[in-house]
Amino acid sequence: MSTEAGRPAEPFDLDRPWCLDQRVAVRPEPFGALLYHFGNRRLSFLKDPTVLTVVRGLAEHPSARSACESAGVTAQALPAFERALATLASSEMIHRRDGR
Amino acid sequence: MTASPLPLVEQFQRGLAAPICLTWELTYACNLSCVHCLSSSGRRDPAELSTADCEALIDEFARMQVFYVNIGGGEPTVRPDFWELVDYAVAHRVGVKFSTNGIKITPEVARRLADGDYVDAQISLDGATEQVNDAVRGPGSYRTALRAMSNLAAAGFRDFKLSVVVTRQNAGQLDEFAALAEEHGAQLRLTRLRPAGRGATVWHDLRPTAAQQRAVYDWLVAHGENVLTGDSFFHLAGYGQALPGLNLCGAGRVVCLIDPVGDVYACPFAIHPSFLAGNVRGDGGFTRVWRDSDLFADLRRPQSGGACTSCSAFDACRGGCMAAKFFTGLPLDGPDPECVFGHGEAALAVLAGAGGAGGAALPAPSPDHSRQVRPAAPARLPRPSGPVPVTIGRRRPPGRACDEDPLAGFSPGPPE
Repeated sequence: MSTEAGRPAEPFDLDRPWCLDQRVAVRPEPFGALLYHFGNRRLSFLKDPTVLTVVRGLAEHPSARSACESAGVTAQALPAFERALATLASSEMIHRRDGR
Repeated sequence: MTASPLPLVEQFQRGLAAPICLTWELTYACNLSCVHCLSSSGRRDPAELSTADCEALIDEFARMQVFYVNIGGGEPTVRPDFWELVDYAVAHRVGVKFSTNGIKITPEVARRLADGDYVDAQISLDGATEQVNDAVRGPGSYRTALRAMSNLAAAGFRDFKLSVVVTRQNAGQLDEFAALAEEHGAQLRLTRLRPAGRGATVWHDLRPTAAQQRAVYDWLVAHGENVLTGDSFFHLAGYGQALPGLNLCGAGRVVCLIDPVGDVYACPFAIHPSFLAGNVRGDGGFTRVWRDSDLFADLRRPQSGGACTSCSAFDACRGGCMAAKFFTGLPLDGPDPECVFGHGEAALAVLAGAGGAGGAALPAPSPDHSRQVRPAAPARLPRPSGPVPVTIGRRRPPGRACDEDPLAGFSPGPPE
């Protein structure tokens, strides 16, 4: 489970509210999903259906951590999901809802 | 982590719900007659898709979530409904990158393009100098392309693409191309010369030498992610380090081509009945062709590496480009004609010995929309002082380059 959109530029804050960028289209695939950002024309891959559930749930949860828990991510697996979300944030696929 | 999923590349080889990189050639009509045109373009085909057909196809792309299409031709902008179709696609959230020789990129058009996020433009140029370019693309084509680039730059369109097919004649100009791109705020894209369409006729005269091929590879390694390649040099991975990109043949797996009459081919370099999967006007439309055609199902099965399987580089280059093999008469499960270890050259030499050099046994470009009337001889160059860089034996009137290619502009980073 990871994405391949680039390297995280900064640590990811799991306790903040996040959401998918409006310019991103999500296409489910057998292995997970493809994401395409119409603004920066980047493509990313979600190599696991669970991370797709997390990403889609971000906007409805007060924090990324809560979106992960709701998708059934265990504490053990959480660091891997955090890395995946950080990668998505660095390529602007997801962004904070609370500004900064 | 989930239980060891297949590597991404292997997932891709099994096919996707929709293509990542779909090339759509809107017309076979073209104002130019490039000698290496992949689609043997020139004249419009009377059976080309109508505006309504095209809109229905865009609706289908939207339903399938095809994120963007690479529109080419022919010269797509000579279609009277071109801008209408671009607007229609964007309104349906299907992004567009179109490939053009620049003929219609006026200052007004450039300003309009610069305003939107969803449309990208790619200007074709095959020489960093007028002499080298026009020998391949025809008289005046250099100036047309440069004028288009200047218009885009003046309009503030950043990162449009300057797309170059690497040939023996321009392989020494890579730094000049990079400088041209930088000067115009564009991104350079280098692609491989394919022996497809009319390119099959001139391939032996235009293709880079083995030494140039190595130099191109080294240049690409040095310039990394800053230069796009549309994944087209994956056959060079045998030199060592893989170049950025997926490094796989995406034909029918992540890539396909829809031609102006709605025929669906496995890739933009394989316009030939052998790689025809169906037509978008058939029952079930494009979706059914992509998901259920026999040809694509075949391409998504594990492929045999044939003679290449025992090679140490097989995992890197996967035997190279299917279309390049097909149009040079080589077996599809053997080496690429430009195999870095020279296995392709050896196989070509055997073929030449058996059937005569570049002989009649090779698959002919089909369909062929080349103009019947030979245009003004491109050998009459504006500056006769230097040596004419290319002498090309034409068998038929030349056409235009549609250097679309798989995974254009696609750099996902190294697969894990």
